[in-house]
Amino acid sequence: MSHVKMQGSIVVVGVGPAGIAAAWAAAEAGGDVLMVDNGAAAGGQIWRGGKALDRLSTKWLRRLERAKGIRRVGALVVSAEADRKLLLAETAEGGSVGVRYEKLILATGARERFLPFAGWTLPGVVGAGGLQALVKSGLDVRGKRVVLAGSGPLLLAVADLLREREATVVLIAEQARMAAIMRFGMKLASAPAKLIQAVVLKARLATVPYLTGCWVERAEGAERLKSVMLNQGGRRWRVECDYLGTGFGLIPNMELAGLLGCETGPGGVVVDARQRTSVEGVYCAGEAAGIGGVDKSLAEGEIAGWAAAGQEDTARALEGVRAKQLGFAAALGEAFGLREELKGLVTAETVVCRCEDVRMGALEGMEDWREAKLQTRCGMGRCQGRVCGGALEFLKGWTPAVVKPPVFPARVATMVAEDEV
Amino acid sequence: MDERFEIRIDGRTYEVERGTTVAAALLNAGVTRFHDAPGGEPRAPLCGMGICFECMVRINGEEGCLACQTVCRRGMEVVTR
Amino acid sequence: MNAPDIIVVGAGIVGAACALELARGGARVSVYDRGIVAGGASAAGMGHVCVMDDSEAQFQLTRYSLELWAEMSPEMPAAAEHVYCGTLWVAADEEEMAEARRKAEFYLPRGTPAELLDEKQLAAAEPNLRKGLAGGLLLPADSVLYQPAVAWWMLNEAKKLGATVHVNQPVESIEDDGLHMGDGTVVAAGRVVNAAGAWAARLTRNTPVKPKKGHLMITERAAEFVRHEVIELGYIKSAHSGATEAVAFNVAPRPAGQVLIGSCRQLGVWDAAIDRKILNKMLRRAIEYMPGLAGLRGIRSWTGFRAATEDSLPLIGPCEGYERVWLATGHEGLGITTATGTAKVLAAQMLGRECGIPVAPYLPSRRVAGHG
Ligand SMILES: Cc1cc2nc3c(=O)[nH]c(=O)nc-3n(C[C@H](O)[C@H](O)[C@H](O)COP(=O)(O)OP(=O)(O)OC[C@H]3O[C@@H](n4cnc5c(N)ncnc54)[C@H](O)[C@@H]3O)c2cc1C
Ligand SMILES: Cc1cc2nc3c(=O)[nH]c(=O)nc-3n(C[C@H](O)[C@H](O)[C@H](O)COP(=O)(O)OP(=O)(O)OC[C@H]3O[C@@H](n4cnc5c(N)ncnc54)[C@H](O)[C@@H]3O)c2cc1C
Ligand code: FES
Repeated sequence: MSHVKMQGSIVVVGVGPAGIAAAWAAAEAGGDVLMVDNGAAAGGQIWRGGKALDRLSTKWLRRLERAKGIRRVGALVVSAEADRKLLLAETAEGGSVGVRYEKLILATGARERFLPFAGWTLPGVVGAGGLQALVKSGLDVRGKRVVLAGSGPLLLAVADLLREREATVVLIAEQARMAAIMRFGMKLASAPAKLIQAVVLKARLATVPYLTGCWVERAEGAERLKSVMLNQGGRRWRVECDYLGTGFGLIPNMELAGLLGCETGPGGVVVDARQRTSVEGVYCAGEAAGIGGVDKSLAEGEIAGWAAAGQEDTARALEGVRAKQLGFAAALGEAFGLREELKGLVTAETVVCRCEDVRMGALEGMEDWREAKLQTRCGMGRCQGRVCGGALEFLKGWTPAVVKPPVFPARVATMVAEDEV
Repeated sequence: MDERFEIRIDGRTYEVERGTTVAAALLNAGVTRFHDAPGGEPRAPLCGMGICFECMVRINGEEGCLACQTVCRRGMEVVTR
Repeated sequence: MNAPDIIVVGAGIVGAACALELARGGARVSVYDRGIVAGGASAAGMGHVCVMDDSEAQFQLTRYSLELWAEMSPEMPAAAEHVYCGTLWVAADEEEMAEARRKAEFYLPRGTPAELLDEKQLAAAEPNLRKGLAGGLLLPADSVLYQPAVAWWMLNEAKKLGATVHVNQPVESIEDDGLHMGDGTVVAAGRVVNAAGAWAARLTRNTPVKPKKGHLMITERAAEFVRHEVIELGYIKSAHSGATEAVAFNVAPRPAGQVLIGSCRQLGVWDAAIDRKILNKMLRRAIEYMPGLAGLRGIRSWTGFRAATEDSLPLIGPCEGYERVWLATGHEGLGITTATGTAKVLAAQMLGRECGIPVAPYLPSRRVAGHG
């Protein structure tokens, strides 16, 4: 299998909004920039597929396209060695890439948080953002009945896309209380958050029922999803559907930062006002440094790009924008905080770790995440606890263990590809 | 380049649009069981973004490929379970 | 006062086995660990249960332990994943083949089954080994198990006999009056067993164990890639050459098809972080022997600390300089294997239980005597 060696004075991991803004700024400042991302096209989660959606995305995708001094490589970073300032990545074709950096900007984004409930492993139960991604990559949902359930503004964005693609969005079940969301809406008036405003309005206009304080209790079907049982304030009813899109907010992708030794907290990779992590020369921007939406990602990305390229003043000028976005992020987290009742959806029989088929009952009596891993294999599968870890953080208050290489399953050949023999 | 071409899913031929991921193509073709959980239950895509490993299939002879992260190519041979 | 007869410090596989054996012998037992059950070296080990012949005493302890595992196996839960896959020692060249023959000649007269394999038989036994190896030695009575689950089960069995288990309880030091805890309190006990593995020397004096760090990596599921616990015979040279750092080809199958890749040893190293230099060296050695490993995906790597002694034999018996403190540590790379035998050797001394082998070679006092 082939191995390619690359290097850049500023290397950016992730070609979502944060990565794009970082690379652009660093290149504007004259830096030699190399971007690494596993997605085929630029855009990250929100601008998936590199297709321009609105003025904001058009602006940034064009900036990326026109910038001089930015190279890109399509590969998934699977491991890293801080001492050698080296990233190890794999291409879709199975080749490996070694990337040397002087400065590193991590813009690895976020993933959805999934919470287990009866039937959530049935085919047809998909992440809300997962469904969005599948639709954007060719899934035909015309005429399909879809229920969206979980929490956060993402449900609205997904509903919007589904309607555009001629699916029937039966309803949106938001677990948060209406009062909390209203309070959040008030704060929005002062925050530059195009995202929610636009989408909330659209969803309202489109007569899709948006039920708050409501959740899916059970997904039903034999070999695949047939219906879901909903619960709103004790009222239960069944709705037939082809897909259930479910997600309970986002979790920052911090594994790579953790492997490099960067300090991480429950809300994201710990950074200062210049997006510097605790490790010299390593920056983090966007959702990976804390969930907050596209505007926060763009602002932080730009700051990281300027700062990494040594343009401190330009970076400092963006401080105000960043602060505003952080306020918005905090309000977002507050409005869509997860309710205690959701913990009750899990019974002893519910599968929690999908990779290893570990049921909740097996975790009875386990002290912590590490003991659960050792004794039940929970979180020991291929996803390395990315799915059950987020669930158990909420259900049990367990924090994930120390990150050890690789951060994604990696060929042994890749691990040793850059060895000086 | 053609906008549509054929791939094979479990021995049967399907037409897909260029740019479609294997996961989307399989779902469009009515496949619900991508692989089996250790306990034997059917499993299908969850995250759509390369995180959950629930969309694992065999592609051109290689086991354990992520269908949601792989774009269909002409003549591709996909095997589920 | 209701002080337990015996407190075991350390809830690793050795401490758990001792606790169970002592409880079965009628003692009121308490187990204390600063962390979780099997969270030390016992979380890291490969789970290989094997007979070894570096010395007569080592052979006695391993062989006896294998018998005890075989007796215990039917009692153990499925989670113990005890599988008799056998060990395959691989000889790369004629020199190593001579070592294979020497081993066979050692084992066979002592009643331990052993089978020499030529080049062809070796290839048939493990098709993923590279071509051109000289041959090997198959030890069919060796097995692998999942020691964290075994330790858990052992402690549960001990609890059924009245034992208590206290996790997340860091012990500061062990004295004749009991455990001196981090918060200044003393937990009284009739006698105390220091089974704190590589950390044992921090709790009692006259406990000559040093850490020997190891790394392992596990791959994704790959059905039938490896069938036996496979180890290169070059391991003999490297592990005992006196060098402070050694790497050897060593792979093992997990029941669900994952492959464990080892092994390496770094004497005197206490840093738990992955040392990518030695990890990579270990992986490259493995690829040399099994080229197909290069194409498998590694899922995770980790480290652990073995408790090394100067003569590679464990310390099982009264701790020098104390009246009521005992040691069960120093098992180096064989603590999973010899946990069962260790428990018998200890209980024989503490409770007068029967034991199938002489205890003298493992007494901590052997060292003090040796040092004159
Ligand atoms: C599934 C999902 C759907 C979303 N949909 C919307 C939406 O419709 N509207 C909206 O406003 N917000 C949406 N969001 C929120 C979204 O995360 C932000 O609005 C915005 O995209 C964040 O930008 P970012 O650059 O910080 O991260 P992302 O856009 O997530 O970009 C991170 C990039 O890093 C790459 N990456 C991560 N790890 C590695 C690695 N190890 N190696 C190589 N590349 C790597 C990823 O592939 C990705 O391309 C969604 C989030 C998720 C998780
Ligand atoms: C990489 C690797 C591979 C191995 N492979 C094998 C193999 O295949 N076969 C084999 O037989 N052996 C193997 N070994 C060796 C084996 O793992 C050990 O010999 C065995 O686990 C030792 O068990 P133990 O209970 O003595 O120690 P540990 O499991 O280390 O237990 C000691 C316990 O003491 C506790 N402790 C420490 N300090 C304190 C304190 N101050 N207060 C309270 N509690 C404390 C710790 O928390 C720990 O739980 C391997 C070791 C390594 C590192
Ligand atoms: S659907 Fe989760 S990895 Fe493909």
